[in-house]
Amino acid sequence: MNFPSELKYTKDHEWMRLEGDMAVIGITDYAQSELGDIVFVDLKAVGTKLNQHDIFGTVEAVKTVSDLFSPVSGVIAEVNTALSEASTVNQDPYQNGWMVKIKLSGSAETDALMDDAAYKTLIGQ
Amino acid sequence: MKHTPFYQIHKSAGAKLIDFGGFEMPVQYEGIIAEHKAVRNSVGVFDVSHMGEIEVKGTNALAFLQRITTNDVSKLAQGQAQYTAMLYQNQKDIMDGGVVDDLIVYKIADDDYFLIVNASNKDKDFAWMQRNQIFNLTLTDRSDDLSLLAVQGPNAERTLQKITDVDLSKIEYYHFTRGVLAGVEMMISRTGYTGEPGFEICFENGHAEKVWNALFESGKEFDIKPIGLGARDTLRTEMGYSLYGHEIDETTNPVEAGLGWITKLDKGAFNGKEACEKVKANPARKLVGFVLKNKSIARQGFEMMDEAGNKIGVVCSGTMSPSLEKPIGTGYVLLPFAKAGSKVFINIRGKAEEAEVVKTPFLKKS
Repeated sequence: MNFPSELKYTKDHEWMRLEGDMAVIGITDYAQSELGDIVFVDLKAVGTKLNQHDIFGTVEAVKTVSDLFSPVSGVIAEVNTALSEASTVNQDPYQNGWMVKIKLSGSAETDALMDDAAYKTLIGQ
Repeated sequence: MKHTPFYQIHKSAGAKLIDFGGFEMPVQYEGIIAEHKAVRNSVGVFDVSHMGEIEVKGTNALAFLQRITTNDVSKLAQGQAQYTAMLYQNQKDIMDGGVVDDLIVYKIADDDYFLIVNASNKDKDFAWMQRNQIFNLTLTDRSDDLSLLAVQGPNAERTLQKITDVDLSKIEYYHFTRGVLAGVEMMISRTGYTGEPGFEICFENGHAEKVWNALFESGKEFDIKPIGLGARDTLRTEMGYSLYGHEIDETTNPVEAGLGWITKLDKGAFNGKEACEKVKANPARKLVGFVLKNKSIARQGFEMMDEAGNKIGVVCSGTMSPSLEKPIGTGYVLLPFAKAGSKVFINIRGKAEEAEVVKTPFLKKS
């Protein structure tokens, strides 16, 4: 499994990439693998205000459903409409499988997030 | 946790394992959708050895089975099998007519029957059977000795015919025979839980690896695949088949579950009969299938509502249908909403998602 070193990770298996004052968020390779075939990604609308740890959407797999938690506070600036083809998240979780871009409301709360090494330890890899 | 004789094979095949009925079982190998399609389009093998096998022998075997099951066992010919259910009666804190388990009865001879029951219910089933025990009857739990594989799909018969001298084309639906396959003496029955043509084979545990390897060697040309419980569930849901713990359990009556066709009220006395007659005369709710308009999936226990938001039912099963590429499901609804075409709503994480009641099977097979 692949965990790019330039990303930050949460204990809920989201990844985050900072692009200026924008946080790009998706789920990790481990998360997509554990969920299995993803069939629907339901994301909150552009403009939704989120506090850190708020739910920004849900991801439905054939067998199970999982909430998505925002690692940062801010406003949803963009959602990935290409995820109407939800299996993209299985195939390419870090690039085409990104889910939302959140405009940060303050400084990014990245201290509590993990780097790739810490995340690998968390999932026992 | 318990393991079937195929446990190491599953592990080396890269299966994701889960607890199911006390057994560590494969939920998927390469992925539920790919496995589902393999069974619909070619052939797949399910390890269902966790299921329970019970022998019922003796001169009173027929009388006993007529008493504890809902279907008419007297209609069975030698070599024929029957889908049926056991119901509760006069059991403290359990409603009369509640389902103990659904099962298949195989008639080997007039005084010799074989039962296949759900893994998670096996001990409860056996205890219930012992409570209903009568003279001249021997009950034997063979579950720990026997392996069971389901070989399902349009290429199942071709796969099996290459490794047996038994003429499989002569075995009719819900019939079985004893014979040698892959060099192993076994029971071969034309039964399954997928809606595809296929067989279930039952043999002593010691032959497990030999049979598995022979199947995969023979099925190579059809791209045969091992299939996990995840696809087993999507396949059965598309066909509208009941799963114990979802559509049926101790709190459901078989008549409201759409199992009137295995509930023979004219065959004489059986456990739960009066309760079935009452439900038939005065049904309050009915099991239906539904298709959601949008993409969210309804899961077990979700509330079903009318347009005004009043509760009218509850979801039993829900999944994305890999064949139809739509979210489908089953649920109990009040009678006025049970007609095909009825508009219902399902509370999915606080959102009222529209669904239409449809006739099952969801997947119409030619």
